[in-house]
Amino acid sequence: MAAVFRTCAHTGLKVHNQAERLIKVHAVAGVLSILFGGIAALLVLLTRWPAVHLLDPTNYYRALTFHGMNMLIFWIIFFEIAILYFAGPILLGSRVAWPRIGWVGFALMAAGSILIDVAILQGGADVMFTSYVPMRAVSHFYLGWILFAVGALLGVCNFFATLVVARAERTYEGSISLVTFGGATAAIIALVTLAHGAIIYIPTWLWSMGYVQNIDAGMYRLVFWGLGHPSQQINVTAMVAVWYLLATLTVGAIPVNEKVCRTAFLLYILFINLASAHHLLVDPQLSPAWKVWNTSYGMYLAVLASMVHGMTVPASVEVAQRRKGLSKGLFEWLAKAPWGNPSFAALVLSITLFGFMGGITGVTFGAEQVNIISHNTLRIPGHFHSTVVAGTTLAFMGLTYYVVPLIWRRAVVWPRLATFQAYAFGLGIMIFAGGMTTAGSYAVPRRHWDVQFANSIFQPPVEPAAYLFLGVMGIGGLLAVLGGALYVVITVVSVFFGKRIPDVAGAVPLAAVPQDTGKHTPISGTLVLVFVFLAAFIIYYFLNWKWLSDIWLVK
Amino acid sequence: MADKEEQKEKVPLAQAFFDNIFLLLVLGIVVPVVFYTIWGLLEIASIPLAK
Amino acid sequence: MSIQTLKGVWWKKVDPSEKVWLGIALLWCLILFAMMPLWHLKGGQNPSFETYRTTAAMFQAKVDALVQKAKVGEEKGIPVIAPDPKEDVYMLGRLWQWSPVLKLKKGQTYRLHLSSMDLVHGFSLFPLNLNFMVLPGYDYVLTITPTTSGEFYVVCNEFCGIGHHTMVGKILVE
Repeated sequence: MAAVFRTCAHTGLKVHNQAERLIKVHAVAGVLSILFGGIAALLVLLTRWPAVHLLDPTNYYRALTFHGMNMLIFWIIFFEIAILYFAGPILLGSRVAWPRIGWVGFALMAAGSILIDVAILQGGADVMFTSYVPMRAVSHFYLGWILFAVGALLGVCNFFATLVVARAERTYEGSISLVTFGGATAAIIALVTLAHGAIIYIPTWLWSMGYVQNIDAGMYRLVFWGLGHPSQQINVTAMVAVWYLLATLTVGAIPVNEKVCRTAFLLYILFINLASAHHLLVDPQLSPAWKVWNTSYGMYLAVLASMVHGMTVPASVEVAQRRKGLSKGLFEWLAKAPWGNPSFAALVLSITLFGFMGGITGVTFGAEQVNIISHNTLRIPGHFHSTVVAGTTLAFMGLTYYVVPLIWRRAVVWPRLATFQAYAFGLGIMIFAGGMTTAGSYAVPRRHWDVQFANSIFQPPVEPAAYLFLGVMGIGGLLAVLGGALYVVITVVSVFFGKRIPDVAGAVPLAAVPQDTGKHTPISGTLVLVFVFLAAFIIYYFLNWKWLSDIWLVK
Repeated sequence: MADKEEQKEKVPLAQAFFDNIFLLLVLGIVVPVVFYTIWGLLEIASIPLAK
Repeated sequence: MSIQTLKGVWWKKVDPSEKVWLGIALLWCLILFAMMPLWHLKGGQNPSFETYRTTAAMFQAKVDALVQKAKVGEEKGIPVIAPDPKEDVYMLGRLWQWSPVLKLKKGQTYRLHLSSMDLVHGFSLFPLNLNFMVLPGYDYVLTITPTTSGEFYVVCNEFCGIGHHTMVGKILVE
């Protein structure tokens, strides 16, 4: 079967029809997952908002499990595999190495996700995303995990095989693009992740059917988090790759220095997966040495990498804008940026919220001792909604507004609503996660139906401030749900009913890449911004140590 | 002109390292598996029994 | 462009304006790292690594023995104990209860053993916000010194089934 290609009229990229189809099915499955997960999100939100307290406990825990699985695993990983089919074959002008394997992988992922969703909705798996043993779900819940992981693994291997094919068939010369390199980083992290998934879920599956007697709770937590946390590090990495991509598409940015950017990705490859330890800092089974080394990603070198990307992405935007003549003062480049472009809005909000909220809280709560005042409180979901939702999901949403015209070759319907969507979602999640994180600092537990403890034997007093911030969380959450719903509606309607885009250059407006003048372009605006970030980081970090020192002595 | 000269330049070792995705893949597996997984499992295996 | 393959050499010198940030960011990362060992040396709040393997039956026996010796009353069917700081204190978590209720003295140091009889639970001292994991099969020893007095509660903050949100225990400090 000879590979069939078309040349994209807008980007000049050579597109293998199999790559395009695989992108489409994975993206559709991703959008379906965010729809399911989003409905559950609304139900969970309206239950944890004390003023509403919608669901009964059974349905709340069920909806929360369903929300976690569909968002953290299905939505994100389907979309990431779609990104890999773009970053590999399309950016390298190559064919997909193994189209059939690609479809088998997709089928396994789809089957796995359906098994899991069915198990949860049947009431057979009220065990949360983490399913800590010895809590038991029906066996097809674990089987679903295994199928999904193997399917995703096939997608990842297909990406690596495509790198080999592209090199062997000389579809490019020199080095792969930065976005492909970022994709490769995500794929490497994914391989480690999915391998841990297989290691933990195969015995757990056998245990759920009675073939294995006992699984140690501490061992399960260690290996599960080798899956659970890195699966979110794939997000971080894919998100950063998407940042570089969106910066190019929206303002014509060129990476300021490839060496710096790629070294930062290398630090992710080496160290980011150590941070699975974040979940085990107040566990009995591991030593302080193990905890300190792993929670710090090997002396925070993966944090350094994020701080580098957080500088190089805005710097590349600044350089592109300044070369276009927007070089007055510190911030003309930013003031006159394309703020009306939904993808640019998504890019800026994603970087800002990921850094200022997700990044700072993550590193702070991940300090071994500060975790004592954070673990399993609402601070934790507050943190990861700022990374996975405000960061990754928003970046993916921004990318969608290019995927629709370039891959489906349909115009985005209601472009102004799309812009509103990006802002509403970003702002909503910002308010939501801010309220959630702050409520958590009053010790409000996560994964908990009753913040008022009305049905328990003792009724601990809850700070009135906690209720205030839970209300803030509720209001922000509603705005975010609105933004999320608009995203699904705009995407679905565009794909089915959007105006067909003719295959002529310029029909999809892409930012021009400014000429290199050979002169050095200053990045002073970006430097001001990153130092503001550092100041916020230092203040929040040491405030937490102060709060820690106020509790009882413990060792 | 400048471009042509660059083409002839020898690729630095560091750049060649970055181009070798499969070497990066091996490192990306070994580091977390050794530091996180194996070290962690060893610690769990060596916890003493309660008296 | 970030989406173009690169011909030739891209391993180039880094501009000083970027180097400034790289250097300061690295320095900050090292400070972040140093804080944790430093707090182990000088700080008062550190996760313990005094851990033993145990079983539900073994641990239950220790709790029962302690209750027999140090029981001073009962609250809502749960024994209240006033342990001697010189002796080890035991508290178990099970669906969906923490037992016993502890009466501690401010400023005294206690060795508090935690374990679970069934699923994974979370020990969250409320509203103080001090959190540790409680796993079945593990006896986790926290050496704690209450520095404030009053009524404190132990909220389970790891999901443990349908009654999870009702699992609240109590610690009194005089």
